[in-house]
Amino acid sequence: MENRFLVDSDSLSEEALKRKHRLETDPSSRTDHMAYMEGMEIIESDVCENVISQMKSYDYTKYTAKDVKAALEHETCTIEDFKALLSPAAEPFLEQMAQRARLETGKHFGNTVYMFTPLYIANYCENYCVYCGFNCYNKISRMKLSMEQIEHEMQVIAQSGMEEILLLTGESRGQSNVEYIGEACKLARKYFRMVGLEIYPVNTDEYRYLHECGADYVTVFQETYDADKYETLHLFGHKRVWPYRFDAQERALRGGMRGVAFSALLGLSDFRKDALASALHVYYLQRKYPYAEMSLSCPRLRPIINNDKISPLDVHETQLCQILCAYRIFLPYVGITVSSRESAEFRNGIVKIAATKVSAGVSTGIGDHESKYSGTEADGQQGDEQFEISDSRSLSAMYSDITGEGLQPVLNDYLYV
Amino acid sequence: MNNDKLILGGHEFNSRFILGSGKYSLNLIEAAIKDAGAEIITLAVRRANTKDGENILDFIPKNVTLLPNTSGARNAKEAVRIAKLARELGCGNFVKVEIMRDSKYLLPDNQETIIATETLANDGFVVLPYMYPDLNVARDLVSAGAAAVMPLASPIGSNKGLATKDFIQILIDEIDLPIIVDAGIGKPSQACEAMEMGAAAVMANTALATAGDLPLMAAAFRQAIEAGRKAYLSGLGRVLTRGASASDPLTGFLHD
Repeated sequence: MENRFLVDSDSLSEEALKRKHRLETDPSSRTDHMAYMEGMEIIESDVCENVISQMKSYDYTKYTAKDVKAALEHETCTIEDFKALLSPAAEPFLEQMAQRARLETGKHFGNTVYMFTPLYIANYCENYCVYCGFNCYNKISRMKLSMEQIEHEMQVIAQSGMEEILLLTGESRGQSNVEYIGEACKLARKYFRMVGLEIYPVNTDEYRYLHECGADYVTVFQETYDADKYETLHLFGHKRVWPYRFDAQERALRGGMRGVAFSALLGLSDFRKDALASALHVYYLQRKYPYAEMSLSCPRLRPIINNDKISPLDVHETQLCQILCAYRIFLPYVGITVSSRESAEFRNGIVKIAATKVSAGVSTGIGDHESKYSGTEADGQQGDEQFEISDSRSLSAMYSDITGEGLQPVLNDYLYV
Repeated sequence: MNNDKLILGGHEFNSRFILGSGKYSLNLIEAAIKDAGAEIITLAVRRANTKDGENILDFIPKNVTLLPNTSGARNAKEAVRIAKLARELGCGNFVKVEIMRDSKYLLPDNQETIIATETLANDGFVVLPYMYPDLNVARDLVSAGAAAVMPLASPIGSNKGLATKDFIQILIDEIDLPIIVDAGIGKPSQACEAMEMGAAAVMANTALATAGDLPLMAAAFRQAIEAGRKAYLSGLGRVLTRGASASDPLTGFLHD
């Protein structure tokens, strides 16, 4: 079964609809997704080749229970062990994997769980990615916050006690240019101890500029590491360029960022191969940049405005849990973030096993923190959400739930130096 | 025994257990002070400033010496900045220099550590550098003005014990400063062994933080460290490491 992503908005002109349909049905109308566009920096790196050759040769059907047991017995988890742990043969060993994962998490992170919240400052987007609520053909309320509005949102969030913020935009250089994001970072430094970014990929010098503005962590989701599949989902815009996206974390580190985060969007393609590639992307970059901090996320597809049928297909909670346990065993030193796309029950369980960071007080809309935090009617314009969240707990609710699980919530573990 | 004090930068301590900072928990701090008898507690500056709610500084009694560390520093310059920030925050003059250029094993960068130690010692800090046990580096740290040397026993959080035992012994034998064994101590018996070797103190965190019963484990560490110290002071007896000794002396043929 496949997701049915394609939805036509009644507000599109006939010409726009025609263009949209052509992009959807005629591959020759699309640009070459492996060719860099003008202005995109090309770096020399062997990381991509290492990751993709492993992913392509990964045949997860060949692993057996024996391989999984051996993997669980090894003190150091090799790439081959990791492949076994991600395979269907490992599913019956989920409880043993969870036990081992918890041990590794405890060794490296103790009982701590870090908390953060995302702040979307604009939802304009120049790309047509068929599964995303922000895509340029989706009819949603668009908005870009002014600096005054951003500061107000930050004040509301900071008052809740949050100390780490992740700034997000839709992927539009035109509407949300690097300077605009840089100014938002400078404001964020006033209210938060840690500022992360999840924006369109940029060049090394732009990452350096954003770092100087106060950002220190860059998250870029590759969505899927299968470039051929990627091509069929990202039909238009700069985001279509797969290799430029792949190298984003490496450019961010070269630009001076302290840490980088990775993920595939599970449900878009073969999730076992995507999980393997995500972890190997971390593994090979860590060998090249050993001082960098790295983390993995594990988002699954969610419904969006105008398409409530989108689902993560065969990636059920069991498979997600298997992936997270395998990540932890293979990369015990890496942070693992579980977002509000997942239910409160799942998040309460997974922080005891493998996750080290959770979001709280989340809105994926634009300019609506005050109304959401205070439970009042919004009095100004608001921008629509990127996707529907599942866990809407506030910071204080999340804090007390984590404490109730016998864990220690941590709001900050970071210094900008 | 009563006069057996640990002296660091002119300050006297009765306890030879130091609580590390890696795993953050307020119960852990309480158990370390009450049950392990810790008089020195490490504090990661990057976690010190949590606003509202549970500020770690509020949970540390006044008679306990804070040992802020520079975790998060990737070079000497960053370590110096973090140390100065700690002093501004009111954490006192002690600082544990921790410089890591490796996020996987968290192994210390000895070269940068020497540079930071010298800068901070010249600035009036009591500097306790965390290092990989290397005699030449330890000597450089002495020249740089360190108040003690803190070699790692095994990788942080690994609970693997004295993997670097022979090299720590060399530091104990050759360096006149207190040698404080840091990182990797997984159980009280390993702490005891380090103390028997002549270590001046032991730092631990994960071993306590991940224990089933925190106060009980804290008490076990206290006793193990005290036992090891007494054994060291008493002078270890004859220990045969391999087989029995020959009943007929090998030099029995000598008659003059």
